[in-house]
Amino acid sequence: MSRRNGFLLAGLVVALLLAGVVSTFASSDPDGLERVAEDKGFAETAQDHALGDGPLADYGVRGVENDRLSTGLAGVVGVGITFAFGLGLFALVRRGRDEPSRPEDVEVPTP
Amino acid sequence: MHIPDGFLDAPVSIATGVLAVGGLTYCVRRAQVELDDKLAPMAGLTAAFIFAVQMLNFPVALGTSGHLLGGALAAILVGPAAGAMCLAVVLLVQALFADGGLTALGANITLMGLVTAFGGYALFKLFMTVLPRRDGSLVLSAGLAAGLSVPLSAAGFVLLFALGGNADLPLGSVLAAMVGVHLLIGVGEGLITALTVGTVLKTRPDLVLGARRTLPARTLVVNRGAAATPGASA
Repeated sequence: MSRRNGFLLAGLVVALLLAGVVSTFASSDPDGLERVAEDKGFAETAQDHALGDGPLADYGVRGVENDRLSTGLAGVVGVGITFAFGLGLFALVRRGRDEPSRPEDVEVPTP
Repeated sequence: MHIPDGFLDAPVSIATGVLAVGGLTYCVRRAQVELDDKLAPMAGLTAAFIFAVQMLNFPVALGTSGHLLGGALAAILVGPAAGAMCLAVVLLVQALFADGGLTALGANITLMGLVTAFGGYALFKLFMTVLPRRDGSLVLSAGLAAGLSVPLSAAGFVLLFALGGNADLPLGSVLAAMVGVHLLIGVGEGLITALTVGTVLKTRPDLVLGARRTLPARTLVVNRGAAATPGASA
């Protein structure tokens, strides 16, 4: 395995562990914006999310009873989707470059 | 800091949607120039890492939590254009998790992506011009810039709220509350960013775009008969 792929794989494993395991210990208190909205009185203007009843809503897998397992699984799925989406998108962006990207593409004038 | 549906009215939601599309279009063009074969897959990993760390809400004060925004971190690793795109990817995927309103997607991409990536990167470069050019300064600059990008983004929310919030409230007190709590969250953002940038810088300094641009060039030291040791001059 090349060093580059080794680093990518190691980084992916770290992300999966964070989203799959560490996330189950995260605080469930309201975040900064939610707190200010409650304190200042505009929290009630929030509307329900269109996908609020979806299979992954609120970082849980619907049907999985155990809270830790549900959050952890949702995290692993989310990291997987984000990684695949990100790799694909940036590969496309990379391919869209105008100028030659490899030295062998550059025409060297011969004297 | 994900804005839900309903906080902002239709005109501001549409305007920020247009702003997000325009900003991301610029980012794609710029990322085409900035990303090389090494950094392109790193940008994908950066997005996945930020999705993971955004799940890790840490307590700040008085029953309040916060999580990493990650725009500054992504910008220092893969450049501000690809960095903002990373956050757009994360926010799009988070819609599946019902996090962040669909009508607020433009506002969220603007504040959590464009503002933190470009604002954070500008702050990072500013700190790097003041501090001595070495690894320690880069980690410190990354942490400070990321920390400040959070109240900056929170202030951006108050601006949008002033233009089209669905509640009529004294803006001064909303601004003070938003900036106050997000300064605290910014401490966590700064620590996570410094730790992450420091780790990548130690293992693969060539994968930190912000280092290529601000630190002096490194020499590759090859020990005779042994493997190459990149970054040995650090």
